[in-house]
Amino acid sequence: MLHVEVWRSADRGRFQPFAVPRRPNQTVLDVVTEIQRDHDPTLSYRFACRVGMCGSCAMVVNGRPRWTCRTRVVDAVTTDGKLRLEPLRNLTVVKDLAVDMVAFFDKWMRARGFFEPGAAIPEDFAVVRPESEERRAADEGIECIGCGICYSACDVVAWDEAYLGPAALNRAWTLVNDIRDGAQGERLDAVAGDSGCHACHTHMSCTTYCPKAIAPTYSIAGLKRAVVRRAVRRSR
Amino acid sequence: MTALLFVVQRASAGVLALAVVVHLATIVYAVRGGLTAGEILERTQGNVAYLAFYGVFVVAVAVHAPIGLRNVLREWLGWKGRACDGALVLFAFVLFALGLRAVTALYLA
Repeated sequence: MLHVEVWRSADRGRFQPFAVPRRPNQTVLDVVTEIQRDHDPTLSYRFACRVGMCGSCAMVVNGRPRWTCRTRVVDAVTTDGKLRLEPLRNLTVVKDLAVDMVAFFDKWMRARGFFEPGAAIPEDFAVVRPESEERRAADEGIECIGCGICYSACDVVAWDEAYLGPAALNRAWTLVNDIRDGAQGERLDAVAGDSGCHACHTHMSCTTYCPKAIAPTYSIAGLKRAVVRRAVRRSR
Repeated sequence: MTALLFVVQRASAGVLALAVVVHLATIVYAVRGGLTAGEILERTQGNVAYLAFYGVFVVAVAVHAPIGLRNVLREWLGWKGRACDGALVLFAFVLFALGLRAVTALYLA
């Protein structure tokens, strides 16, 4: 039997205990679903694809932010059979295990984490060589699905709620390496402030916990260099 | 942290890394056979190389420490804005003045 403690309510909530049978190949998401279906239908949580594509089932499992659909109980449970489930950190809790992702995606916008084609229409298709340095740098960060695990794991976000966070900065870095993009200067300015890339302490929690094995820390390091290069160019 | 502060803090850290190594190595070398206050003053008095080295050291400290403290205040105490920056500029001047006072005192003693 699994002894599961689930966070209930919003910020001023409590942990509620449940006893759930252990089953072969059981995922943490299976456990949450079983609790909702068989124990307490008022439990709120979020999921969609169940196969690690959407990222919406991210939660903190025994202190680690994880995709619950891709986390088997056997890999997360303590030796005495305990599971503690919490909502993602650094985000406002809507209810129980569901968080409000608005602040997270707002920061993507603030970091200009979207492609900008520029004012002039290109005369022809851009040629982006797969082996080029820019394309390879973008490739390393492009698989992010915006699950918020890195954001939940980041100490700097916990300290400074204005900090853009690993996901937004990683997205900005992929666009800095997009040779077609027409707003490179504006993007570097957007990530250069007090709550931008230079606030990162290189703790590497984002890189440690990213389920897609992306290294936002290195993306942020790239942004730091790019911003400094821009500052030097401007001062000349 | 802005790009300028980032660069200045990294540059001052580079200077300090070198200066601290030279400082410690000098101490270890100099006190091998024992060293009195009088002997220290003999070496520092009127020594331009000493004055230049520790002058640079003091400047690097006065630049580096307030920038680091600024991050600590922002992240741990949530103190931001002009008041915080103003206090840290003042702190930088205090560090510079105290350091320079100590260095010149040994140079002129």
